[in-house]
Amino acid sequence: MDLIVTATSQGLLWGTMALGIFITYRILNLPDMTAEGSFPLGAAVTTQLIINGMDPFLATAVSFVSGMLAGAITGILITKGKVPGLLAGILTMTGLYSINLRIMNRANLSLLGESRVTDIFRSFELPSQFDSIFLGLIIVTVVILLLALFFKTELGQAVIATGDNEKMARAMGITTNRTKILGLMLSNGIIAMSGGLVAQDNGYADISMGIGVIVIGLAAVIIGEVVFGNLSFVNRLICVILGAIIYRLIILLVILLGLNPNDLKLISAILLAICLALPSLRNALQLNFFTRKERMD
Amino acid sequence: MAVSVLSLQRISKTFQRGTANENPVLRDLSLEVNNGDFITIIGGNGSGKSTLLNSIAGNVLVDSGRIKINEDDVTKIKEERRAGRVGRVFQDPLMGTAPRMTVGENLAIALRRGQKRTFKLGTNTKEQAHFKSLLEPLNLGLENRLNTEMGLLSGGQRQSITLLMATMKRPELLLLDEHTAALDPKTAETVLRLTQQLVEKDHLSTLMITHNMQDALTYGNRMIMMNRGKIVVDVSGEEKSRLTVPDVMSLFQKATAGDQLSNEMLFS
Ligand SMILES: Nc1ncnc2c1ncn2[C@@H]1O[C@H](COP(=O)(O)OP(=O)(O)OP(=O)(O)O)[C@@H](O)[C@H]1O
Ligand SMILES: [Mg+2]
Repeated sequence: MDLIVTATSQGLLWGTMALGIFITYRILNLPDMTAEGSFPLGAAVTTQLIINGMDPFLATAVSFVSGMLAGAITGILITKGKVPGLLAGILTMTGLYSINLRIMNRANLSLLGESRVTDIFRSFELPSQFDSIFLGLIIVTVVILLLALFFKTELGQAVIATGDNEKMARAMGITTNRTKILGLMLSNGIIAMSGGLVAQDNGYADISMGIGVIVIGLAAVIIGEVVFGNLSFVNRLICVILGAIIYRLIILLVILLGLNPNDLKLISAILLAICLALPSLRNALQLNFFTRKERMD
Repeated sequence: MAVSVLSLQRISKTFQRGTANENPVLRDLSLEVNNGDFITIIGGNGSGKSTLLNSIAGNVLVDSGRIKINEDDVTKIKEERRAGRVGRVFQDPLMGTAPRMTVGENLAIALRRGQKRTFKLGTNTKEQAHFKSLLEPLNLGLENRLNTEMGLLSGGQRQSITLLMATMKRPELLLLDEHTAALDPKTAETVLRLTQQLVEKDHLSTLMITHNMQDALTYGNRMIMMNRGKIVVDVSGEEKSRLTVPDVMSLFQKATAGDQLSNEMLFS
């Protein structure tokens, strides 16, 4: 039971991050490495602002904006600089490492004794971890609702079309440079905000907390898809969150089985590799568990 | 004298300019398209037909010359900003639609071709009902599949929808690049007939590339033939309607006398 509570609370916060990854990887069709820099950026910004006396909610909101700026830089590199997508993300991520160090002034910044967003639940006297779960649920619900709304607008549909068929999008008069930048900003804004929330949950920001963020995010996206199949847009978003929780469960189980926590990243990578290879494995084995279904909204 | 919807004034385009592979594809090409013209374009492989349409649509920018659409100089204007004036259908049925978006979502994108995208809702039930009425006459059973992902449809269905998408918001010019070449003969004919209907209904000024000489004669009021980046034959009206396929072949031979390579290409 404890296991499920822990997996859920962490899965919700990290799942928010995975929603950002979903936007670049699945909607824009553009695997974006910026995430590994924008996640700790959000953590650094939030932590430093809280330490300097800012309200934790406002600080978290500022981290969203900081992530949007990071995404804009990658977007401008890709569209105006014609830098290949992966490389552009790596450039921004590398640059952000120094910026994050400057923001934090050191490699690790503690929030000990500072106020956090989970403080609003203090008066409810919840059992441990339930404050993070409630916070996570609220954040995830709000983010999914806002994303669902945004992607139903003309602009959101234009972003989806850009990722789905760029040539068609341009022929329809969509300024794909702008929609790409917009999508990257949105994605990294969410990822940075999630970084800020995770920092508050952990009680500190760490310069290296971005390492492996992409793999974790992709694992959530892919697990969600493998387990739940082809769905409508909002359900796909929900599945990302469920995927993140399942991923956490698997990781916790692995630790319980007595594996060395130092091997976690390796295990994550192998897990994701298996999930990514699953479709072709399935084809190779001629198994058709999941045939593409018609979408019903 | 009718009004020109499209005026190409001595346009030229060279790919890989300044390299050993320098490839002049359009050479000083001029063309006036009258309002309501339905022009079929034929010519050998590599003669510059697609590049001509790409230059008009703006995803290729010409090196010299001027391009005017309804008197507006668009020579230097980017593709996205010409999109409001130009409807396009490509050879590859996968090219014109977004596979993971539904039929309804694709059509809604097309309804806003060339418009600024805002935070307004991307579509609504009234629009979807309108789409349904547009799909019904196609007789492809698509009117009940507005919520189906585009990627699940056949090439012919996708190409028919692409055609609707290119024309539902009336374009000043409709550009078709071998848009039936990838379809089986029967589907190709259906799509061609749909093309004809849509063009006639809205009096669309149209340029249609085809490798099928009979189609080039059957459809349209005017036919041009390209060779090595130039227009070598331009026939219209009465004169065109009297032509037969053998006539076209000898026209081409005359126009490219001694140009062995092009002949082989056209008749291959
Ligand atoms: N974007 C591009 N970059 C470089 N070269 C190009 C480009 N587009 C076309 N070309 C070259 O221009 C020449 C003419 O190509 P184009 O596609 O216009 O011919 P086409 O008449 O449409 O031929 P086909 O009948 O085979 O479609 C070809 O040699 C082609 O390789
Ligand atoms: Mg061509």
